[in-house]
Amino acid sequence: MRPEGGAGTGKESFMESVNSDRLFQVVCTATHEVFSTMLGLEVTPGQARFEPTPSGPVDGVISLIGFAGEWVGMGGLSLTPEFACRLSSRLLMTEFTAVDAEVLDAVAELTNMILGNVKSSLEEELGAMGLSIPTVVFGKNFTARSTGRGQWVMVPFTADGGSVEVRICLAPNGRRKPMLCPANPVTS
Amino acid sequence: MALDILIVDDSAAIRKILQRVLRQAEVPINNLYEAGDGAEALEILKSQSVNLVLSDINMPNMDGLQMLGHIKASQQWKDLPVVMITTEGSQNKVLEAVQLGAAGYIRKPFTAEQVKEKILCFTHAS
Repeated sequence: MRPEGGAGTGKESFMESVNSDRLFQVVCTATHEVFSTMLGLEVTPGQARFEPTPSGPVDGVISLIGFAGEWVGMGGLSLTPEFACRLSSRLLMTEFTAVDAEVLDAVAELTNMILGNVKSSLEEELGAMGLSIPTVVFGKNFTARSTGRGQWVMVPFTADGGSVEVRICLAPNGRRKPMLCPANPVTS
Repeated sequence: MALDILIVDDSAAIRKILQRVLRQAEVPINNLYEAGDGAEALEILKSQSVNLVLSDINMPNMDGLQMLGHIKASQQWKDLPVVMITTEGSQNKVLEAVQLGAAGYIRKPFTAEQVKEKILCFTHAS
C-alpha cells in the first residue's frame, strides 16, 4: 500500500523528490526482514502518512535513533507496552508481562536493526550516514518532539495481533529542504 | 573442538540473542564471555583464553573497529579470529573491518544458520 501524498515527480534531484514510494519500500523491506528473521513474524504494512511532527501526547513505548552525515534526522518505533512485551518475549525467548529494562533493551535493538537497515539502503542514494545509539522511552501521556524541519513519515505495521509504527525524518545537513515533499501531505 | 567465545555488544539483548542462536545452531561451546564494549573485551582477553570473538561495530567507549585494531596489533592476539556482527552494512565499514583483519562479517538481522555457517570453520581450526 503506497503512502498518502504520492511520489515525487522525478524531475528533481533524488532527495528533493524522494520519492515517498522508495522510502516506503525501504522501510517495509527492513521491517519485514527484521520481524521475519529475528521474531518469526510476518508484518503487514498499513497506510503511510506524513506529519510535520509525530502526534501526541501518547502512552506506551517509543524509541528514537539519530542519523548524521550529509543528511541528518531521526527515526524510531512507537508501540504499546503490551506489544513491546510480546515482541521482547519472542526476541529473547523469555516471558515478559511488564515493561522492564530488558524489554526496553529489546525495543532498542529492534530499532537499531530496522533503522540501521533503512540507513544502509538509503546510503546508496544519500552517501554515508552515522547512526546514534538508540534511546527508548516508556511512559504515559507524554509528547516527543523534534526541532528538525523535515517532515516525518510514519508507516504502521500489524503483526501477531499488535501494531508498531516505524517513523523517520531526514533532511539535508545545513539546508532547510525536507527530504520528502509529498504532493498532498496528510496531517491526520 | 568446543570454542571459548567472547561476545562483544553494548546491547544486553543482542548478547542474549547471540547466546540463544549459538545454542540453536548447536555450535560446540566451552565457555561464553560477554563484554559491553571494546575496552571491556580487551580486559577479558587479558585474563581468559578465547578462540573466537563476535563483536558489534557501533559501541560506546571503544567501538568494534578500534578493538579489532588493538587485537590485530597485539603479538599475543593477532591470530585470534574476530567476526563482526552489526547493522552497519555500508561498504566502508565492511572494508575497514576486513582491512583491519576481521575474519568475517554477519549482518543483523541474522538467522542461526547464518551464524553457524560463519563460525563453524573456527571449530575445526581451534
